[in-house]
Amino acid sequence: MRILLVDDETEFVATLAERLSFRNMEVDYATKAAEAIELAARKTYDLAVLDMKMPGISGIELKEMLKKQCPGMKYIFLTGHGSEEDYRAGSSEASGYLVKPINIDILVTRIKKALEAK
Amino acid sequence: MTVLLDRIKPDFLRSRNITTGPFRQMFNYSRIWQWAMLLTSIVTLVPLILITAIDYNVTQQSIESENLLRTLRVGSNAKRAISSFLSERLAALTFVVHDRPYAELTDPVKLAILLDNLRVSYGGFVDLGVIGKDGVQTTYVGPYSLQGKDYSDQVWFSEVQEKGFHISDVFLGFRKVPHMVIAVRHTLPDGSSYILRTALDTVRFNELLTTLELGGRGDAFLVNHEGIVQTPTRYQKGIFEQIPYAVPEYSDNTEIREDKNEQGEPVIICSAYIPDSPYILVIIKHKNDMMQSWQQTRFKLIVFLAVSITVIVLVIFAFSTYLVNNMYLADQRRLMVLHEMEYSNKLASIGRLAAGVAHEINNPLAIINEKAGLIKDLFTYTDTYASDTRIVGLIDSVLSSVERCGIITKRLLGFARHMEVSLESINIGKVINEVLGFLNKEAEYRNITVKIDIAPNIPEFQCDRGKLQQIFLNIVNNAFSAMDVGGKLNITVQPDSPDHIVVNIADNGCGMTEEELGKIYEPFYSTKTKTGGTGLGLSITYGLVQELGGKIKVTSTKGEGTTFSIKLPLQPPKKAEK
Repeated sequence: MRILLVDDETEFVATLAERLSFRNMEVDYATKAAEAIELAARKTYDLAVLDMKMPGISGIELKEMLKKQCPGMKYIFLTGHGSEEDYRAGSSEASGYLVKPINIDILVTRIKKALEAK
Repeated sequence: MTVLLDRIKPDFLRSRNITTGPFRQMFNYSRIWQWAMLLTSIVTLVPLILITAIDYNVTQQSIESENLLRTLRVGSNAKRAISSFLSERLAALTFVVHDRPYAELTDPVKLAILLDNLRVSYGGFVDLGVIGKDGVQTTYVGPYSLQGKDYSDQVWFSEVQEKGFHISDVFLGFRKVPHMVIAVRHTLPDGSSYILRTALDTVRFNELLTTLELGGRGDAFLVNHEGIVQTPTRYQKGIFEQIPYAVPEYSDNTEIREDKNEQGEPVIICSAYIPDSPYILVIIKHKNDMMQSWQQTRFKLIVFLAVSITVIVLVIFAFSTYLVNNMYLADQRRLMVLHEMEYSNKLASIGRLAAGVAHEINNPLAIINEKAGLIKDLFTYTDTYASDTRIVGLIDSVLSSVERCGIITKRLLGFARHMEVSLESINIGKVINEVLGFLNKEAEYRNITVKIDIAPNIPEFQCDRGKLQQIFLNIVNNAFSAMDVGGKLNITVQPDSPDHIVVNIADNGCGMTEEELGKIYEPFYSTKTKTGGTGLGLSITYGLVQELGGKIKVTSTKGEGTTFSIKLPLQPPKKAEK
């Protein structure tokens, strides 16, 4: 189970990556969109967990870019805002939508559910 | 009566006038109404009253002048008739003395034949006599015994000697019957002269005067130049008595003047001097009788004016009230919309602020969450610290606090998000819980028990979540204000019909009186003005329920509590229904 985490908050994304790895997941993380694209070019991931708002790019835009490299990849969005726009985009575009702070167990369940639906 | 007046009283007279603050009324409606009534009444009634007054005067003058002219005409005609009566008889005597020789006139038989002829031809002749120059009546034919009577000392005898003819006043004379005398002097060729004298009865005179069309208490009679009545009158003094009016001054024409009778009533006096006679024709009419037709016209005119004024005033009253009331209601709607906008803007601002704060807190919170989670993972997934239950407990406590913070920020974010939405699928229980979420602390502090009972068969339905939140927030806030410590709030949701549900929010607070209950939806009515109530919460709530196509009802008992029932449609209303 290879997971790609993308969030501009390094502290958050690094810690979350470590926690997921405790739960038997192979996790890479990126704090910028360019890094994420580079990682995705090198490796195939089963699922990406993307922050909805990052400097200069939105989670949706990043998803569109990643989609070209990894066509079968699933997505879960994270947001700290929870605006109506985010809600709609997150609900329709991805397998899950979670508002920070997240419950790790819920995230793991969502990831598993998304990958089971493959 | 008071209840009826209170019921028809327009809204703007019932409300209090708000003159300051952001929700002040644009106008003083009571004053506008008064001015509208006053000015419209002046503009319409003044010309009407003016025209009526002018018409009143013109008509009165015209009727007065017509009556005077008519009286003048009657007087003039009567004067001609009397004058012609006298001059005919004078001419007849003059003809006789010129036509008949003296010897024939002094023959009683022939004189009697002549008298008969004159009676037949002219009428009114009572007797006929010839008087010598010495004043002694030498020949007499007639019903009385006047042969040999001496008239030499009488005034008329000297006058006839002087003027050649004489028409006397009416007098009783030797015969003690009212009569008048006409005498003509004739000079014979030998220079001697005699007088032919006749007495005329006054019956013909009287007939002439009494047959005049005078109307009412009108009277016509003759007086002599001294004002002594000569012929019978209907309403005045008796014959040979002085009339109670001034004797009119001499004039060739028929004159008319106004005077007052002995009772002080206004009268019209028409007078005419009869030429070559001692008589003055007098016609007296009562002015009130003459103006009888005017009285009727005047009554009609006054009734017309009174009815017109009443109708105009009523129409002005109704129309002014209708217009000003509509202006007032429009102003009220404007204020409501204004306040609703301000209220929505305020809520939206609070929502935006809350969302901003929540977002800013969320990121560090997420880091704390992950760091603490990692520590727990390290303890859980490695064996090194697994046995230290105290540290694991502390970390659980940190995580639990982070979770509580997360719930609060998520609720704030959710509230802000839903305020921007119009129609969406609603779970009524969730909306009520969201609203109560903001009041949980207050309920806890004041020991208020909130019981929610939602029927299991309530489906999700399309509705405006923001408006629904505002409705519940307003009502629950009011319920909290009405309750003391230890109060109880029961919220139930039941299906009302296949298409509607009903939400009952019942508190056991202070309740309201019937009078208060009748005013709660009125804008700016508040019992909480001292504690910052604007008096618009429930009026806005009422408007919002209407917008959602629902109905709101309230029942309350003073001292026992209040129950609001909100009936909501499961299908959103069409635009036209809104």
